[in-house]
Amino acid sequence: MSDYLIQCRGLYKSYGLRPALRGVDLAVGPGRIVGLLGPNGSGKTTLIKLLCGLIQPTTGTLAVDGSAIGPYTKSMVSYLPDRMYFASWMKAVDLFDLFRDFYADFEYEKAIDMCRSLGVEPRDRLKAMSKGTKEKVQLVLVMARSARLYLLDEPIAGVDPAARDFILRTILTNYNEEGTVLISTHLISDVEKVLDEAIFLKEGKIMLHETVDNIREKEGKSVDALFREIFRAEPMEGGGF
Amino acid sequence: MDWKLEDDRPIWTQLTEQLKRRIIAGVYPPGSKLPPVRELAAEAGVNPNTMQRALAQLEQDGLARADRTAGRLVTQDAEALEAVRTAQARVIVQRYLNEMAELGYSREEAGLLPQKEETI
Repeated sequence: MSDYLIQCRGLYKSYGLRPALRGVDLAVGPGRIVGLLGPNGSGKTTLIKLLCGLIQPTTGTLAVDGSAIGPYTKSMVSYLPDRMYFASWMKAVDLFDLFRDFYADFEYEKAIDMCRSLGVEPRDRLKAMSKGTKEKVQLVLVMARSARLYLLDEPIAGVDPAARDFILRTILTNYNEEGTVLISTHLISDVEKVLDEAIFLKEGKIMLHETVDNIREKEGKSVDALFREIFRAEPMEGGGF
Repeated sequence: MDWKLEDDRPIWTQLTEQLKRRIIAGVYPPGSKLPPVRELAAEAGVNPNTMQRALAQLEQDGLARADRTAGRLVTQDAEALEAVRTAQARVIVQRYLNEMAELGYSREEAGLLPQKEETI
């Protein structure tokens, strides 16, 4: 056991010559819902992929629950990728069977219940489902595990605003209480209310890591407003529109 | 009663205010059991830790107390409830007077207007 569920020191990752993360130091405790916020290309997905062991850091160290990334950490990390990776001939229930085999903490009944409350028919084939419905199935797969760390990469990007609220509620009511949820998104105003902490990533570095209430107290504005202020697109010098 | 959250202030303080309003309005009557943190959090669409903090403040303000077996109970202390009701009323009156002043009404005129409104 470790005080922090996630710990990164001097984390650096480049793809070829192109740096994606440039020295990330981060500590996140258990039982938190944390927003990983930043514009496109700021390194959100890279950080999440490092945490679930899909890619290796160029330099620096990272640990989940005090352990280096490996079979132990993978058994307690539930990851929602930013894209679909399932065969379209499969049914949702086939995926549930698969996950039950792969993960000891996957709760089959809970997955079926969640489908019901999200309005998904678990016996439908994926190819017969809309993009939003497929995303819901993916979310069910991830949240039906009682994991310690949930890594959700853009969980609400593909669904309409009404479904977004519903999905956020599903996340809120289903995550394991000692577990931490890391949500990457740029739809900040939608997720702001459910977050404990916000992390702002800019060009591969953390420029702010603070609780949402502290941000609101200090700045007198929402996290969304602060984000827009910090990341306001400046026209290139001499460019102009 | 819906949960309304504004952008420019911490969420937990707004939750405490709205819990108080609900207690005064009788949504959670004196001596009754408050819903569990998670349920309230899900209802308001907020983080359970934030709701927890709001409820802790409610306890600190003497409007609720934690019972080891029954969960969290609304106070039955009529004095404490009345104090919160008065405080809320004052906020509303102050807001009214400020807005009327912006419209150019004197304090006296502003005070008389609600009575006229009744007779119209």
